[in-house]
Amino acid sequence: MANTVMFIILAVFIIGSALLCVTTTRIMRAATFMLFVLFGVAGIYFLLDYTFLGAAQISVYAGGVTMIYVFAIQLVSKRTLQGLEERVKSSKMIGGGLAALAGLVVVGLILLKTGFVTLAPANVEVPMKEIGTALVGAGKYQYVLAFEFISLFLLACIIGGLVVARKEKKED
Amino acid sequence: MVPVECYFALSALLFFIGVYGFVTRRNLIAMLISVELVLNAVDINFAAINRLLYPNGMEGMFMTLFVIGVAAAESAVAIAIIINVYRNFHSDSVDSIKNMKW
Amino acid sequence: MEIYSYSFLILLLPALSFVILALAGMKMSHKTAGLIGTTSLGLVTVLSYLTAFVYFGADRLADGTYATVVPYNFTWLPLGNLHFDMGILLDPISVMMLIVISTVSFMVHIYSFGYMHGEKGFQRYYAFLSLFTMSMLGLVLATNIFQMYTFWELVGVSSYLLIGFYYPLKPAIAASKKAFIVTRFADMFFLIGILMFGYYTDSFSFSFAGNIVMGEGTTPFIAGNAAKAVAAAGFILPTALVLMFIGGAGKSAMFPLHIWLPDAMEGPTPVSALIHAATMVVAGVFQIARMFPLWVEYAQPQMSIVVWVGVFTAFYAAAVACAQSDIKRVLAFSTISQIAFMMVALGVSLPGHHGVLDNHAQLGFMAGMFHLFTHAMFKACLFLGAGCIIHAVHSNEMAMMGGLRKYMPITNITFLISCFAIAGIPFFSGFSSKDEIITACFAYSPVVGWIMTGIAAMTAFYMFRLYYGIFWGTENKEAHEHHTPHEAPATMTVPLIVLCVITMGVGIYSTIAGFAGWGGSFGQFVNAEGTNYTIHFDTQIAATSTIIAILSICLATYIYKGESQPIAERLYKTFPKLHRAAYKRFYQDEIWQYVTHRIIFRCISKPVAWFDRHVVDGTFNFMAWGANEAGESLRPWQSGDVRQYAVWFLTGSVALTLILLAI
Repeated sequence: MANTVMFIILAVFIIGSALLCVTTTRIMRAATFMLFVLFGVAGIYFLLDYTFLGAAQISVYAGGVTMIYVFAIQLVSKRTLQGLEERVKSSKMIGGGLAALAGLVVVGLILLKTGFVTLAPANVEVPMKEIGTALVGAGKYQYVLAFEFISLFLLACIIGGLVVARKEKKED
Repeated sequence: MVPVECYFALSALLFFIGVYGFVTRRNLIAMLISVELVLNAVDINFAAINRLLYPNGMEGMFMTLFVIGVAAAESAVAIAIIINVYRNFHSDSVDSIKNMKW
Repeated sequence: MEIYSYSFLILLLPALSFVILALAGMKMSHKTAGLIGTTSLGLVTVLSYLTAFVYFGADRLADGTYATVVPYNFTWLPLGNLHFDMGILLDPISVMMLIVISTVSFMVHIYSFGYMHGEKGFQRYYAFLSLFTMSMLGLVLATNIFQMYTFWELVGVSSYLLIGFYYPLKPAIAASKKAFIVTRFADMFFLIGILMFGYYTDSFSFSFAGNIVMGEGTTPFIAGNAAKAVAAAGFILPTALVLMFIGGAGKSAMFPLHIWLPDAMEGPTPVSALIHAATMVVAGVFQIARMFPLWVEYAQPQMSIVVWVGVFTAFYAAAVACAQSDIKRVLAFSTISQIAFMMVALGVSLPGHHGVLDNHAQLGFMAGMFHLFTHAMFKACLFLGAGCIIHAVHSNEMAMMGGLRKYMPITNITFLISCFAIAGIPFFSGFSSKDEIITACFAYSPVVGWIMTGIAAMTAFYMFRLYYGIFWGTENKEAHEHHTPHEAPATMTVPLIVLCVITMGVGIYSTIAGFAGWGGSFGQFVNAEGTNYTIHFDTQIAATSTIIAILSICLATYIYKGESQPIAERLYKTFPKLHRAAYKRFYQDEIWQYVTHRIIFRCISKPVAWFDRHVVDGTFNFMAWGANEAGESLRPWQSGDVRQYAVWFLTGSVALTLILLAI
């Protein structure tokens, strides 16, 4: 019972924030609403007994990524920050809306037509020790390769980002 | 327990809201924010399936974890590109990067 | 066949000399190039004489004929049923032609040393002469009609190249194109004839009455299955043969395809001597001689076409020659007329009964071939003499000449001898051959006989008009004072003397042999049946033709010999239009021009060209336009707008999902 209520609150929160995020004209507000969405999703993870995941979501996504966006907005959208609004073409809105709606209908139909068999969950969260062993373990169904890969990937992206965004040396 | 279809409905709604935002917005950063919404919707999907349909495995959780990591990296690079675009075109509107057309 | 195994050298040597001179000619001096050409020709001449000596000296076969020898024959292009062969065939007429071609060509090579001295393009000239000689030799040595056609075309090409030798001058270019186009047009008929022949008889080989001796390793002859052709449709073989004759008529300048020969005189004079007097233009005559067994067997009624075309051409050419003022043109029309004599001679060689040749019929063939031989010699001598005159006076027109006997004695004598030969005076070679032709004509039909006699008289008349106009007559004193004509150098006069000696020798021997019935004359070697035929002169006809010729010469002497020509002037004033028409060759060129431009170009070529340009090209242009338009309409899809791409992406994936669901 409690789960259901919690879920409904979180769902409304997420969808509401998302709608506001995509329809608002001011960019800073969009970033804020995205932050709310991220918090909501973290809440969903907690509801699913994925505490580690929820913690990771909050620290990485809500903390790191949102900060990046805020900094970027400050760097790039000076005029927009000062309240200049963005006007959207209505034809584009309708076109985009229709496309999204079509996709939603298709996906929805598929999901609803498929019969899912819910297994009874263990009702306890996954122990942290297990997560840790799996993350750096090299046996079957263990993720050391992905872990190493993603660490290198992150490094590459950082360097890439630095290279792309550096200032050109001015000729004297 | 909340039935799994509810999680799917939530995730689908969030996904297509994100798509709508991507298609509609003109500001580059706003488009990126919409992409983040999409990614989060996918994350919810993975986590829900793992927990409710296959509780013995952990694949979904790890997939979500890694998607979070990749999304962060991808945002960083995208922001770097946008900064470069701003430097060259002095605009943050997607209309200014239409050079690769016919 | 070992004795004839060197015969391939006869073709190879000129080909080699052509290749060497064509590729490396500009790097060597004039003298070297000339020597290479002349030496190879000299060797060819020696080999030809050797071949003739061996061939005619060999024993005859049981039925009295000479064996046809084929030292080389290999399949060049197999095509299912048919195959194109290339090879060498030795047979009385081809060996005789070998002698003619190599002798005249050798004389021309030596002569050209003097005539073309200092000309730009000397090496190119000798290269083309070698090419021509090789092509002509290949033509006469051909083992099958297709090989003959191949070399026929090669001869046409060499003629084009040599006529257009002075290509910086527009008349030369026009003349060479005209020659090539007219002969090529005629060759179209030749080709159709060959194809019909090959298709219906399953072979391109010549049929031979006698025995064929094949060399080792040669592809055997499969003679054409003429019966099959006749069974298919009776008119096939005669039609094919007549079409081939049309091709020959183009090459041999029969009316109305003669228009190229007078203009071909734009080329250097030795070229005119070699190609347009002695060798190439007789290719048509040679072709009929080669196909003669087939004509006799299957196409006898069509022989009358040959006869009447020949008769008309002879008359026409003689009439025009009487009015020309350019000496080379007179000689050109004379050539046309004499070749027509040869054609008539072949045409009247009809048997009395189908398939059986009796004596009179053999005569025409033999006489035609004999006339070919003698004509080559004396006409070459005339042309080379004309070359000496042109070299001395620097002009072709008779107005610049006159009284040259004082300055050029050797040329005078040789020219005179050749004129006697062409007029048909006894003891000169032309007498025997022309007399035999007229005899054969009388045996065929008295009408033809008298017409040909009349034309022979005209021949004597205009040739002596020419002679007197050059060497006697009114002298162009101012031109001669300004630039005194001098005798030609030795390289040019020696060939004249050699040719004259041959003419006189053949003439004296054949005249005496004909009256006294001696052996060893021409008829022994070459005639239709291949057997030994001794020439006997019919005294009545011989006397008639001689008297008429002498009368014509006297007439010409009376009119033209003196210092001034009052009778000629009076005739000219009385018949101005006739004279002008004759001078303009009876407007034949204008008629052809009219036919091609107004009728063929306007009614056929223009619509076809329109169709080609608008329909055929139009289709492809339209397809290209369509492709272009399609591309242009797809262009806006690449708008550069990321959001639009995302929409399409989404739409595509939704559609794909639906399709997969449906399946």
